[in-house]
Amino acid sequence: MTTLLLLSLAVPVAGAVFIVLLRRNPNAREAASLVTAGALFAIVLRIYQAVSGGARPEVTLAEPLPGIRIALEAEPLGVLFALIASFLWIVTTAYSIGYMRGHHEKNQTRFYLFFAFAIASVMGVAFAGNLFTLFAFYEVLSLATFPLVTHAGTDAAKRAGRVYLGILFSTSVVFQLLGIIWVYAVAGTVDFEPGGILRGHVGAGLVPILLALFVFGIGKAAVMPFHRWLPAAMVAPTPVSALLHAVAVVKAGVFSVLKVTVYIFGFDFVAETGASVWLMWAAAATIILGSLVAFTKDNLKARLAYSTVSQLSYVVLGAMLANSLGVIGSGMHIAMHAFGKITLFFCAGAIMVAAHKSEVSQLNGLGRRMPVTFAAFLIGTLSIVGLPPTGGAWSKWFLGVGSVEAGQIGLVAVLMLSSLLSLAYLLEIPLRGFFGKEEAGGEGAHGETHGDAKAHADAHAHHGAPRWSVAAITVTAAACIALFVYPEPFYRLMTMVAGQ
Amino acid sequence: MSAHLPILQVVVPLLAAPLCLFLKRGRVAWGLAVLASWAALAIALALLGQVMQEGVLSYAIGDWLPPIGIEYRVDIVNAWVLVIVSGIGAVVSPYAMTSVEREVEAERIPLFYAAYLLCLCGLLGITITGDVFNVFVFLEISSLSAYALIALGRHRRALTSAFRYLIMGSVGATFIVIGIGLLYVMTGSLNMADLAQLLPEVWDSRTVKVAYGFLTVGFCLKLALFPLHLWLPNAYTFAPSAVTAFMASTATKVAVYMLLRFFLTIFGAPFSFDVMALDRVLLPLALVAIASMSLVAIFQVNVKRLLAYSSVAQIGYMILGVSFATVTGLTATLLHLFNHALMKGALFMAMGCVMYRIGSVHISAMAGLGRRMPWTMAAFVAGGLSLVGVPLTVGFVSKWYLILGALERGWWPVAILVLLTSLLALVYIWRVVEAAYFRDFPGDEATREAPWTLLGPTWALVALNLYFGIDAGRTVGIARQAAEVLMAGISP
Repeated sequence: MTTLLLLSLAVPVAGAVFIVLLRRNPNAREAASLVTAGALFAIVLRIYQAVSGGARPEVTLAEPLPGIRIALEAEPLGVLFALIASFLWIVTTAYSIGYMRGHHEKNQTRFYLFFAFAIASVMGVAFAGNLFTLFAFYEVLSLATFPLVTHAGTDAAKRAGRVYLGILFSTSVVFQLLGIIWVYAVAGTVDFEPGGILRGHVGAGLVPILLALFVFGIGKAAVMPFHRWLPAAMVAPTPVSALLHAVAVVKAGVFSVLKVTVYIFGFDFVAETGASVWLMWAAAATIILGSLVAFTKDNLKARLAYSTVSQLSYVVLGAMLANSLGVIGSGMHIAMHAFGKITLFFCAGAIMVAAHKSEVSQLNGLGRRMPVTFAAFLIGTLSIVGLPPTGGAWSKWFLGVGSVEAGQIGLVAVLMLSSLLSLAYLLEIPLRGFFGKEEAGGEGAHGETHGDAKAHADAHAHHGAPRWSVAAITVTAAACIALFVYPEPFYRLMTMVAGQ
Repeated sequence: MSAHLPILQVVVPLLAAPLCLFLKRGRVAWGLAVLASWAALAIALALLGQVMQEGVLSYAIGDWLPPIGIEYRVDIVNAWVLVIVSGIGAVVSPYAMTSVEREVEAERIPLFYAAYLLCLCGLLGITITGDVFNVFVFLEISSLSAYALIALGRHRRALTSAFRYLIMGSVGATFIVIGIGLLYVMTGSLNMADLAQLLPEVWDSRTVKVAYGFLTVGFCLKLALFPLHLWLPNAYTFAPSAVTAFMASTATKVAVYMLLRFFLTIFGAPFSFDVMALDRVLLPLALVAIASMSLVAIFQVNVKRLLAYSSVAQIGYMILGVSFATVTGLTATLLHLFNHALMKGALFMAMGCVMYRIGSVHISAMAGLGRRMPWTMAAFVAGGLSLVGVPLTVGFVSKWYLILGALERGWWPVAILVLLTSLLALVYIWRVVEAAYFRDFPGDEATREAPWTLLGPTWALVALNLYFGIDAGRTVGIARQAAEVLMAGISP
């Protein structure tokens, strides 16, 4: 069983080696990516079976400081995150093949290489057995994704890369690390334990400060005012935005917040001390402000990025509610938002490759030429908003009920308002696509400056998006609906987390 | 044989030094220096092993028993520092061959190795001796040879830098010898253990307090604590690369050791912290050193000078640990002595590789070097990450204990300052990284990777940075034990 845990890290790294070895032959290289992703998912699936049966496999790799281990341990919350990340890696790899070739990106080997490294560190985050291990893999993930963010190599990409690393590093080093050492100083350990490790070691006055150090120190959770790195990261190729900046990296952030709340503080302890009340409202503010900013963005990826900022705080909010319903909702939202948002990003990328459109206002009428893409976008929208028949409905439900349970009726209103806002700014896109009128004049002006691109775009748009990409979009959109009918696996895992 | 290890520790490099002068050929002198350095490391490791098993070792020179004769006294604290100094010597001396042949004129190379061995001998002597006047003698040996080593740099400003260091260093040494003289006046003894027992009777006298003041200033000059650091940046910048790597990793560390030994072992922690308020003197100086020197480092264009300012800031971290006046704080200091030697050694040696190939260490000259000299720049990045304190490097270990110490005292603003300044370190390292990896190479197409004689030792230090970052159990254990010894005062 412990071998499986080690394999979950080793397989993506081994995949990275093969990707480099096969760099001369793109087809073989992409096959290596797909096989690695498939193997990783199979491994995580086996871990899932064991963990849902009650096993808690763990393994210690090293002991850098006395009492501080680098250790992996599989528990339900980590398995949930690993399942989502490894499954969506398969889909994203398929999508990338279509996108990267369709978009004629350079340095594709480097792209797939660091993608594999990023996934390996995501597995490390998911299965981290203590705060120190979590922190180490969290930082490795920042480093591994940096070359992906700056992939284009332009000045804009370099600037964005600086913002990206700057914010993620400074928050994690100044706040998160301080929190970790503080926890160690008072509790004498940093291991994740069911029910938390802080009870009896800290006074009620310190708990809110420590909790805040983690909520803001885990910059990947993008709680305002430390959210700027996420829109900046959108200069990356779309598959990176889709898997890393809608699923793996940002979810590593909110996952860490949830994990720390449950296994370091213990959500009962947080609720008793009332440590999280003001943080709930910080999250609520991010939810509303993120949605409002999303409204103002005409660039499709920027709009989706701010939507992500807003949605991530749902997960943080669920953790801060500090009751079992909130925790269940929080974990479920990690899953549901992952499938919904990756679908939206896939669609945005497909539109970019097929029609070379990146602004919302340019999308009029495009839905009639790319019906599958825009239909999938509609489904993704429903899931993000939290409407049946999509999985997003469940997580919104639990978060709402959790807010009532916590006695915060105001938060229910925030959730409702935010749903309405996201419905408005996301629904605009499929509506324009299906019902908007194509503007011929604007097209012509565009075509004059980029004659080649225009001809190219027409050729693509005629056939729609690349086949690999459409297949990936279909899978994730179908998954959004499937998760409405069958949310069982994620729900069961989260009840195990909340029941402890 | 093993009973004579304490004296051999000093005698081996001391005797090898004049031999270098007789060996007219540079390569032969180099071979002797390497042999002597490795012998010194072997002796230091043997001493550390003995001390850990048997406790304090006392060696009476010429069988004149202390306190009359000179005593060499090895406990876990100085055994640890001996390992650091001789270990760096053992890594830098093989590196020196190629680097020195490029940077020092050929006929002076035997002189170079003679001066290097004298410097090593002096540093080891300061560390091992149990006699305060002997400390001063060895201090002069190491300092004078250090001035000579720095003056051997090719750049003309090496001479002025060495001269400036000479003035400041002599002032420091004079202050120290005045302090020692006053102690002798009050107690009639020069033996450290003896002094530790005699001093409490005369604590109240103003003379002892004045002696304490003289010693404080002298040590702070030697260890380059802000604002007495002005000699250091130029000295490190213009010295030959091998000298910079050696001095940056050893000289200031030994000065920190002197401070700990005098103030905690001889005067004792109660006198230093309760009567003289040493912690309250050092804390603001350390904080200002860390913050201001990290900021200054960001604006440097010469990478050696950048690293020199970074060293002044890092010395601030070591002194900060002392100012916590706790076992955890001292553990952090003693750990950082070792860890900083590893990281700065690796960084300066990487710069030596750059100097060897392109003859400059200006940031602008290093544009695009990441592709031309991949191993060199990778070593720089690894050393830089360690300096920043990324997990799984030694820098993280130091940072962990330093912050733990601050939190134990309840000084959370200090903890935040330490973390913020490690971000400043990230900024100045990043400037080099950005030049090397994100700009195009403008220079000569023929520029190749540095030879393995330079890369080998550099990467050996990089590997140690990683190894002791992943498995710090042993170093932390020794440092904590040494910190307990220091806080407890003289051992019976």
